[in-house]
Amino acid sequence: MAIVIVDGKEVELAPGERLNGIQAAERAGVDIPRYCWHPGLSVVASCRMCLVETGTRNAETGAITMLPKLVPACQTPAADNTVFVTDSEKVQRSRAMVEEDLLIDHPIDCPICDKAGECYLQDYHFQHGQDKRRADIRPFTSRRREMGETVTLFVDRCVMCSRCVRFTREISGGSELYVTNRGNREEIDVFPGRPLDNKLSGNVVDLCPVGALGDKDFLYQQRVWFMKKHAGVCTGCSTGCSIDVEENLDTVYRLKPRTNPHVNQWWMCDEGRYGFHYVHSDRRLTNVERLEDDKRLILEWSQALREIDERFRDAGRVAAVLSPHLTVEEAYLLARYARRVDSQALVVLGPVPVVGDDETFKNGFTIRAEKCPNRRGVEEIVQHFMGRAATLDDVSASIEAGETRAAWVSGGYKDAWIDEATAGRLAAVECLVVQDLFDSPLLERATYRLPGAAFAERDGSYVNHADRLQSVAWAVRPPAGVRVEAGVYGELLAMPGLVKARRVLDEVAREIAFFSPAADPVGPLGMDLKARVMAAEAAITG
Amino acid sequence: MPKFEPVLLANIGKPNSHALAVYEAAGGYRALKKVLAEMTPLALIEMIKSSNLRGRGGAGFPTGLKWSFLPKDHPGPIYMCINADESEPGTFNNRILMEDDPHQVIEGIILSCYATRAQTAYLYIRYEYPLSYQRLQAAIDECYAAGYLGKKILGTDFSLDIYLHRGAAAYICGEETGLIESLEGRRAWPRIKPPFPAVEGAFRKPTVVNNIETVCCVTQIAARGVEWFKSIGVPSDPKNPRDPGSYGPKLYCLSGHVNQPGCYEAPLGITCRQLIDEYGGGVWKGRKAKAAIPGGISMGLLTEAELDTPLDFNGPGRVGCLGLGTAAVVVIDDTTSMVDFLHNSCRFFAHESCGQCTPCREGTAWALTMMERIKAGKGRLRDLDLLLEIGDSIGIMPGTTICGLADGAAWPIKNAIRKFRGEFEQYIQKTNPKGYQVTEAVEALPILAAH
Repeated sequence: MAIVIVDGKEVELAPGERLNGIQAAERAGVDIPRYCWHPGLSVVASCRMCLVETGTRNAETGAITMLPKLVPACQTPAADNTVFVTDSEKVQRSRAMVEEDLLIDHPIDCPICDKAGECYLQDYHFQHGQDKRRADIRPFTSRRREMGETVTLFVDRCVMCSRCVRFTREISGGSELYVTNRGNREEIDVFPGRPLDNKLSGNVVDLCPVGALGDKDFLYQQRVWFMKKHAGVCTGCSTGCSIDVEENLDTVYRLKPRTNPHVNQWWMCDEGRYGFHYVHSDRRLTNVERLEDDKRLILEWSQALREIDERFRDAGRVAAVLSPHLTVEEAYLLARYARRVDSQALVVLGPVPVVGDDETFKNGFTIRAEKCPNRRGVEEIVQHFMGRAATLDDVSASIEAGETRAAWVSGGYKDAWIDEATAGRLAAVECLVVQDLFDSPLLERATYRLPGAAFAERDGSYVNHADRLQSVAWAVRPPAGVRVEAGVYGELLAMPGLVKARRVLDEVAREIAFFSPAADPVGPLGMDLKARVMAAEAAITG
Repeated sequence: MPKFEPVLLANIGKPNSHALAVYEAAGGYRALKKVLAEMTPLALIEMIKSSNLRGRGGAGFPTGLKWSFLPKDHPGPIYMCINADESEPGTFNNRILMEDDPHQVIEGIILSCYATRAQTAYLYIRYEYPLSYQRLQAAIDECYAAGYLGKKILGTDFSLDIYLHRGAAAYICGEETGLIESLEGRRAWPRIKPPFPAVEGAFRKPTVVNNIETVCCVTQIAARGVEWFKSIGVPSDPKNPRDPGSYGPKLYCLSGHVNQPGCYEAPLGITCRQLIDEYGGGVWKGRKAKAAIPGGISMGLLTEAELDTPLDFNGPGRVGCLGLGTAAVVVIDDTTSMVDFLHNSCRFFAHESCGQCTPCREGTAWALTMMERIKAGKGRLRDLDLLLEIGDSIGIMPGTTICGLADGAAWPIKNAIRKFRGEFEQYIQKTNPKGYQVTEAVEALPILAAH
């Protein structure tokens, strides 16, 4: 077992574990300031903010020999008996020097800078900087340069950490960004006629430790300290990137990748990042309506649910279409409701939107063609209730055969998802309930229209393409008039009290073998259902 | 003129000294033939090791030791890079060798490659040397025709190709890993070490980077033997077992305020005063020297009183200079202002800082900002302390930068202010009688000169 000593505190490393000074210090609860180092990028050791003192402890005598000079912690491997000193006067002085250096050319325009409040330069200045400027005073400059469709550069705020440049070379692979000029005239730039144009471009803004790279979508929309972060999952595709949904007063302002080594590491794609605006679209459905003699009648939720329940029971044979946008819990509850009305009820997977092909980047990050978060989860629920895979075609066929007489179709799609012909076939039932975000050919034909919730409004779990289950909590409340699916199904099932996603997941884990690992608490990184099931099976068969 | 018989410069001045026939007539390529016929690569490394030859590029690292850091039994390729990006102000010995005796250079490269088993050598030459480029290319072409280069050199199994690569005129390309980056087609940002080039260098393969003068010394050691080489120069310090000594002839570039500037060959260990008086014909215009740069601007300054310092690898260090550097001695006469000197030095390093490490990028520019202001008559005494603080805190020695450029930028600042502080203080008080005591931050002057 290798032991590293950080500021006198011993930290144990697992066998074969390779950490640098910054990571080893993190284990000891010590935060070493840094700009250029990022765990997902190559090490350049150029910002010199992470300089520390290092040495080795003699394993036998315990005597410590220190190196006379400072070393960058990011570049120094933490080997057995390595000693790091991160709080000596020498280290503090060097940090103060780097902070002072970085502020020489910086405009210090925090009051008008989007990054203020989450800026390394700002934070480190308060922690490690000096209170007086000693360098000559320069006139304030603020030059802005467009990097591409999504990102803009405030040239003078840059501290030349080169993270963004390395990102486009090592992760997205397009190498659009580069460093131009030399010395303190250095700037980040794009090549003429070759703007920053890739599907991961927004990540450079996250990487930027200061306010140099700005996200045009978010620019000047909200002060970061007003926003609250909610751990979420991106529902843009079946990768299911871990994200933070950042909102203030029920408005989502931006999505940021949340570090998850099993799913997205530190990244997310622009499609997901900028694709959330539909949540606040004014085209969203907000009224519960009944179609009656070609007229639409606005109803109260409770009345509508009562009527639907009655008509479903009268119909006898019913079908439930579980959208791959539903959470595991919601899909399970809707299926249970359908089976409660009709023990033979058809439970099928709704249309799975597929656009183009999977797109994999240089580092392996993949944007999936499957544009929904929970196909795998819903598939397993359908499998459980039907004993086989079933899709919308099963419902159409059953309606044509005159068997199914009422159907509940859940939606949640942000784009067009159903064509006229399919909608026409489904509309042949006596009672068609459609629960969705936006108007669609099917909604036009619905007997009951129920406004559905968007991803940031839901509680529950998604299972991504690789069978990783991630549980999330809601970030914003739905618009007035909209009820989140889980609550609606809970009312239909006459469940007592509020529907708690975790309680439903417990039931799902008990009932469905595939979900059985989820009986354990699901951490912020989610859990790999397949690996856990396989491990459990291996333990049984021994 | 002293009586030391030049060896490295022996051919210089002959008509057509750059032609193969002239070089061969003077005994050229005989050492190569002898080594290829009689010695193994390992024996050649041992020979260079025992000669205690130290690299002539500036750092003075023992060449044989550098070669022996290459991984043993590496499947290859191993690359040889020859550093001819001679950009240290005041330095021009490589140019003389490349222009007037290119075959001595090439013979040295072939020998060095034979020793290190490199089959490809890249000669990185600075853009400002067009004649050197043409002469070297012509010499390389001659060598291919004569069988000294190419496949199966002189009938042996040893093959070698030399490629000339012209830089784009940046000081930082003379740093060995900056050179490698530039050679690979990238921005010349020096690499972090380890890994050192001997383990992972050009194109991620083991690489040796040697200076032009170093490989010329290899030629001469192979031709004349270790004994001859060690009969010249300063022996190792017996009290310091790790001191490899300063053996062999050295090319000193003498310039500045002397009567006869030029490139002179002398044994290592000649004093600066001897060089100025015996070779350079004394300080010009009958004046006295005020100071001298011992080995390129980045090495700092010798004062007049320190001119008796021997210019070997240890000498300048003993009087507070960074080292021998490239042995480019620049003489500064007593009418010259040290403020001007330091301003010029700061301008150079602010211009040439590659901009990778924060302390160097911002420190060199900050120093220049202050020097501009001092020169413009708005200096403060406090600026001298700030300059010293910058000088003391940037570089690989305190550990705040990746490469040694910052040390080179720091030394002139430290030496000039510490050794000539009175002159700086006087200048500031005289030119800024109202404001010299101000300690608050003041307005910066616009800098136009650095870039």
